[in-house]
Amino acid sequence: MGIVRKNEIMKSNNQPAVEVSNLTKRYGEVLAVDNISFDVSKGELFGFLGPNGAGKTTTINMLTGLARLDAGSIRIGGIKCTQNPKAAQHLVGVVPDESNLYPELTGFDNLCFCAALYGIGKNERQKWARELLDTFNLNDAADRKFAGYSKGMKRKLTFAAGIIHQPPILFLDEPTTGIDVASARQVRQIIAGLHRKGTTIFLTTHYIEEAERLCERIAFIVNGRIVRTDRTADLLQPIQGKHMLILSVSNSGDKLPKKMTSAFPQHKFDSSEHNRVSVESTEPVNVSPLVRFLEERGIQVTEARRHIPSLEDVFVQVTGVESGLMRKEKEKAGGGGNQ
Amino acid sequence: MKRWIAFWNILAKDMQAYYLKPPNISWGIIFPIAWTSMFFIKSGSGLESILALLPGVVTISILFGTTSMLSVTITFERRSRSFERLLLAPISLELLMLAKTSGAILFGIANAFVPIIIAAFLADLSGVAWSLAVPAILLIGIVSTFLGLFIAVSVSEVFEAQTFSNFFRFPMIFLCGLFFPIMSLPVFIRPLSYVLPVTYGVDILHGAVNGEHIMSYTLDLIILGVFCIVLFLLSLRNLKRRWIL
Repeated sequence: MGIVRKNEIMKSNNQPAVEVSNLTKRYGEVLAVDNISFDVSKGELFGFLGPNGAGKTTTINMLTGLARLDAGSIRIGGIKCTQNPKAAQHLVGVVPDESNLYPELTGFDNLCFCAALYGIGKNERQKWARELLDTFNLNDAADRKFAGYSKGMKRKLTFAAGIIHQPPILFLDEPTTGIDVASARQVRQIIAGLHRKGTTIFLTTHYIEEAERLCERIAFIVNGRIVRTDRTADLLQPIQGKHMLILSVSNSGDKLPKKMTSAFPQHKFDSSEHNRVSVESTEPVNVSPLVRFLEERGIQVTEARRHIPSLEDVFVQVTGVESGLMRKEKEKAGGGGNQ
Repeated sequence: MKRWIAFWNILAKDMQAYYLKPPNISWGIIFPIAWTSMFFIKSGSGLESILALLPGVVTISILFGTTSMLSVTITFERRSRSFERLLLAPISLELLMLAKTSGAILFGIANAFVPIIIAAFLADLSGVAWSLAVPAILLIGIVSTFLGLFIAVSVSEVFEAQTFSNFFRFPMIFLCGLFFPIMSLPVFIRPLSYVLPVTYGVDILHGAVNGEHIMSYTLDLIILGVFCIVLFLLSLRNLKRRWIL
């Protein structure tokens, strides 16, 4: 199926690019995906945000035909692929969460091979491979074996392999995990560029900032269930104009927020994190009275830091998943996803 | 046409990445030479025994060449997740697996011709019925490859594939009439010989080289063909059930 033909199929119907209804997947006793439904419009950049083990990769595997569904249905580009996932694979490109190209082949040969899998002729696939190597700044490594690539280079080539056949729908599974800051930035720019050109993108990530920066609409998934789906702007709207302050203190007892709320009823206080008091308000927070109030009660304030509310706050509020958990995952992945 | 671009490139990639590697080429040559020499020396009956040994050595070369390579390459690709790339491609699973197995079939056939070439220098092969020997070699190559495929998609690790392969391969040396006639086996073991596909290929080869065969060629060819189809379909079924979870 040629590029023009693929685009014709995408344009010829008014159905969403991806349509998922009541999708369920169980591995033994574990319910990996629990009755989720969502759709992604043509040309949309849709984010699927959740902690590790939330069901993101399982969902992508079902959408791309790498995993069977236990229940539910999937349409890709209007093609019902529940029974026959191969039918929709012409329209789809996949960048998996781990680099999975052939270590024995060079970067150039890997790209040409991936293009050949989609029936692209020799001259065309060589031309596109060269263009992509150039786009991803991998020209110098084109003739080196993939096994000798650095982790960042491997991720970039894997990304290039996922788009070599110019798919109108692209599934990206944690595309910036485990790569350096500069490469992550470049990958995000490429994602934004593909989106501008009209590619429908389904992006899974546990980098909240990445989702906030790139996605038009986001679904929060926790323990296999979608807890909220909304436009990014609408998710952020309630926290727009909010003022937040984090105070590091020598001692934060259970009763401290209550005492502070009595003294400053215009603000909301929380001290669920050890030796930290967070202050939330709809008006600018004046630090001096708060510090004075605490010091008069023998509590030392070691730091006062303004906190700019972000999607992370919305995520924590909606899902109940601690932001610290997501942060730890980021550190564990060792990547530059949020830079 | 586009499907065949994918088919050809999968085959070409496998040849480049696995089968045409110097260690595999040397293994493909040394292994049959070692088998030929071993049985020739063991027979102790001089050059005249070469024709009697040739069908068995040819078969063993194909069997070990195909099953070793395929069980390793497919299991390895699954472990490294590069096999997912192939599963994501818009080609049918049947065509994909035919492409993946074609390299092993060619490798097996190439292995088969090593002892034949050696034998050509040491014995008179003018009496060999090549019109029978060549299809037999081809079918033994296909059936052994599909046996290797069946093993590869039934396990998760490379070492499991090797162990499982040996479970089939070594008994076949003794049970399929490669070097000992099936009729010389104890009666209660003989049924086992007839459920192993290689028996039928070796029977044709013995007939083609020495004129001695126990079943009709047509029956041998039909049964080999059935084994090829059944093993391939079982492999696809296992692949769908075990790999596409």
